[in-house]
Amino acid sequence: MLILECPYCGVAAEETELAAGGEAHLTRFGPGSSDDDFETYMFMRENPKGVNFERWRHANGCGKWFHAARCTMTLEVFGTYSAQTYEPPADLIKAIKKKRPDWPGYGAHK
Amino acid sequence: MSTRLSNTGRLVNRSAVKNFTFNGKKMQGYEGDTLASALLANDQMLVGRSFKYHRPRGIVASGGEEPNALVNMGEGARFEPNQRTTTTELFDGLTCTSQNHWPSLEFDVGVANNYVARFLPAGFYYKTFMAPRAAWKHVFEPIIRQSAGLGKAPKEMDVDRYEHFYAFEDVVVVGGGIAGLQAAKAAADSGAQVMLMEQTTDWGGRAPVDGAVIDGKPADQWIDETVAALEAMENVTLRTRMMGAGVYDHGYITGYERVADHTPGDGRPRHRLWRIRAKQIVTATGAIERPLSFAGNDIPGVMLASAVRDYVVNYGVSIGEKTVVVTNNDDGYRTAIALVEAGLQVPMVVDARSEVEGELPNKARDLGIRVEAGKAIGKVKGGKRVTGVGICLQNGEGGALEEVKCDAVAMAGGWSPVVHLWSHCGGKLIWDETQAHFRPDANRAPTGANGEAFVLTAGIANGDMGTTEALASGDAAGKAAAKAAGHKASRKAAPKADVVAENAMAPVWIMPQNAGPDLRMKMWLDYQNDVKVSDVQLAAREGYESVEHTKRYTTLGMATDQGKLSNINGLAILADSLNAEIPQVGTTTFRPPYTPISMASIAGEARGEIFQPLRKTPMHDWIENNGAHFEPVGHWRRPYAYLQDGETVEEAVKREVKNTRRKLGLLDASTLGKIIVKGPDAGKFMDMMYTNMMSTLKVGKCRYGLMCNENGFLSDDGVVARMDEDTWLCHTTSGGADRIHGWMEEWLQTEWWDWDVYVANVTEQYAQVAVVGPNARKVLEKLGGMDVTKGSLPFMEWAEGQIGGFDTRVFRISFSGELSYEIAVPASQGRAFWDALMEAGEEFGVQPYGTECLHIMRAEKGFIMIGDETDGTIIPQDLGLNWAISKKKEDFLGKRAQERTFMTNPDRWKLVGLETLDGSVLPDGAYAIKEGDNDNGQRNMEGRVTSTYHSPTLGRGIAMGIIHNGPDRMGEVIEFGKVDGTMVKAKIVDQVFFDKNGEKQDV
Repeated sequence: MLILECPYCGVAAEETELAAGGEAHLTRFGPGSSDDDFETYMFMRENPKGVNFERWRHANGCGKWFHAARCTMTLEVFGTYSAQTYEPPADLIKAIKKKRPDWPGYGAHK
Repeated sequence: MSTRLSNTGRLVNRSAVKNFTFNGKKMQGYEGDTLASALLANDQMLVGRSFKYHRPRGIVASGGEEPNALVNMGEGARFEPNQRTTTTELFDGLTCTSQNHWPSLEFDVGVANNYVARFLPAGFYYKTFMAPRAAWKHVFEPIIRQSAGLGKAPKEMDVDRYEHFYAFEDVVVVGGGIAGLQAAKAAADSGAQVMLMEQTTDWGGRAPVDGAVIDGKPADQWIDETVAALEAMENVTLRTRMMGAGVYDHGYITGYERVADHTPGDGRPRHRLWRIRAKQIVTATGAIERPLSFAGNDIPGVMLASAVRDYVVNYGVSIGEKTVVVTNNDDGYRTAIALVEAGLQVPMVVDARSEVEGELPNKARDLGIRVEAGKAIGKVKGGKRVTGVGICLQNGEGGALEEVKCDAVAMAGGWSPVVHLWSHCGGKLIWDETQAHFRPDANRAPTGANGEAFVLTAGIANGDMGTTEALASGDAAGKAAAKAAGHKASRKAAPKADVVAENAMAPVWIMPQNAGPDLRMKMWLDYQNDVKVSDVQLAAREGYESVEHTKRYTTLGMATDQGKLSNINGLAILADSLNAEIPQVGTTTFRPPYTPISMASIAGEARGEIFQPLRKTPMHDWIENNGAHFEPVGHWRRPYAYLQDGETVEEAVKREVKNTRRKLGLLDASTLGKIIVKGPDAGKFMDMMYTNMMSTLKVGKCRYGLMCNENGFLSDDGVVARMDEDTWLCHTTSGGADRIHGWMEEWLQTEWWDWDVYVANVTEQYAQVAVVGPNARKVLEKLGGMDVTKGSLPFMEWAEGQIGGFDTRVFRISFSGELSYEIAVPASQGRAFWDALMEAGEEFGVQPYGTECLHIMRAEKGFIMIGDETDGTIIPQDLGLNWAISKKKEDFLGKRAQERTFMTNPDRWKLVGLETLDGSVLPDGAYAIKEGDNDNGQRNMEGRVTSTYHSPTLGRGIAMGIIHNGPDRMGEVIEFGKVDGTMVKAKIVDQVFFDKNGEKQDV
């Protein structure tokens, strides 16, 4: 039963208030894209053991989508941030690196 | 025999007698008794039969770890099986019966299993119930069903009430023993908001039973003073009868409060599930004593030494007149001493250790108790009750040296900390060689949202066996928890206790050490599931190396007690058999809840009418009072049909269809989703959401539209109306509004956040009535107001104005093929508008119609229904809806997916109409059967029925289905399989069965 702070309304929301939205920062591939790009967009998902970036919606609250950086092993929450961004904020990445020196970094797997 | 003593019993009130019955026999106990202590006071040691061998079973413990003494509690609507007598408070009028025996507890036929135990080894079920396949149905399954389960399932609806409570605390302390009390006190003194919960009715745990002296006072006095101090603090919540059930992520902890189990029917909720968020949790959950593994250790009268002590000291109940104590540690001597001090006999303390010195053994010797070092129990004599024990050397093979007569055996195998709550959320354990037990590893605690530990442990639960150590660790945990929760730790010192020096225990997992197979197959590990030392050893020989696999193969620890008594002994035997160290073998996984909690407490208030709140349209009451036969649609109840006097549902549906097609029908369409899309970029957004071009829709016009997901599959449909230059109104399916609104928000917030568009779900702001039938215009003109003629308001247009004095928005759209006006009014006027239509419509033959009539009329017209013609794998092209897919648009959701080769392949199952040759109604979902078999030997298929009805208009069955290359096979006759195995022939036809040119709706 996670608690994530909604970056819009500031509420420390319990999991029952939230809806999970899967992997964060996907790039949409529409008409004209290659089969490989479209497949990656639709189906290829990361499942890291450790630091993970996800989409959540404060569904039973303010209704806003947001991003969360979380450890899939310990459930440590590194931070939540706006949905209106193409990648995690630099200061958050820095903070995670400090806590997890072994983490290869955002996008290292891509 | 077991009986009530006259001189002890610190928890019972002898002036308050409680009457109860066991298997119909009248018995008496006292206030403060548990059901177990009261049964023992009435010499009822035999309380049940074991699961597999139906061996007689007696009470073996005094707490939640009890594996044997489970009973059927109560009667009728308060009947509940598998209730632990050791945790059931006695109350006046309690009734209970024993379980798992036939015909009676005393004489049981199933005990025959016991005599063939040799042939029912570990994994018996896996080895036996294999083949032949046919034997399953007629032999194996009936046998397993007959023997499955201990208690009976309740037959009546539970009449009790249950509820959830929510709490937010700085520190939650689980366990109200001295360590927990001190932890709560220290945390509270530090200024933290504290909740302390204790699963039993009394504070203090084992300390008073063990005669602890704290700060120079008897434990009872210290406990009373500490509880009084805590009660006086505003920042402390104290709860007894409340078990810490489970610890979950981010400081979530559940408490299971048995509010009224002991006062049934007094109007209070029976159980309360507390859902608590704690910044820090302290588990001061104590420890559970382990049995010793010797032959016959399951015979009634063999009990944990601590339980024997509890019954004497707490309840004034002696288990026997002569009790042999068998131990591998000094603590067992406390039982011997307590018994002798209560005036009972202890013929011998059998100590497996070769050297026995120390304060407690010497005190026992001083009391005249015979202490035998290096000895073991070779076997226990007796059937339904212990009559004696054979004494042998611990390091021998079991040759009897001597026989000692006794009627009870108290076994002290050492203590295992209750690490369950620590482990629920990932806390790791370390093996303590000295105490031969697993205890929490403080360096590997469960961590919370900030990455820091959020669970601490204290007292015996942490392996702090001495009273002073337990108080000190409680104090330290309380202060640390308060500090971690943001408070300044109190500087008060922890209390001190008188020290009783104890010598080291000896890890003894089997008694005697070199026991042969005959003895080992009588050494019980799991009493309820009948798992013995020999079973675990067999599993190891058969290659089961993982403790998790061994558990499932042997069923060790899978009973209702979840291995609280048996697990450590079992895995020690497994480790020995595998020549491995115990820590390498490890433990099975500890999962919440700690002991079983009622399903009803999990449901809480969510049952009956409020299981799921019902959504009601403004017309709901009218519908309910006018013969509605309801069906669930989303969270609504919609009328399937309105029954008139003496009508069947089928007759009502037929009448409604005919009346609507010939005269006038009214449908409450308020459940239809209504979403406003507004803004400078709304047109662009609408073009992405819908497959059609919506940006070109003219103000005042309506257009039917389709929505797909990014996989290209059809997701929703409905009529879109353009309100003004930058506003669209989207109608969605009933029940689809929330989903589609969420879908739109997702794209706007996460992909196109720079687009200037706002969406609002206004479904419940409007009531909507479909006025349908040849007389539809007449009734509106009678009510008077806006011009609703074809010239002013043609088909697929909408207009705002007044009708009969109501502010309306009128859509000329039709889902029935009839002349139809869908009219929206503010929700508050919905009922009045409906009433006005019913009244004005009387002369035109108005009748309300339900959802089945709606479905039939749309099927007669070949209109698709989301959820019937679609199932999440259907693209619009499969349904012949290519006309609704824009070819001009560069992009829309699902467009790229529909370009995939599989989607563009014309060789697909596609929508057609189906007409049975005999006029019958095709079964819903029936498959079209093709020649030949597939690889699994099943008949090949070439399609299936998606919608099927009897058409009252046409007087025969009509259906739609998706058929392989269907549209290219018009006129072909194919076969559908029926449930009874027969076939029915149907012709492939156009799916529009009625008014193919749409003349009726466009008048």
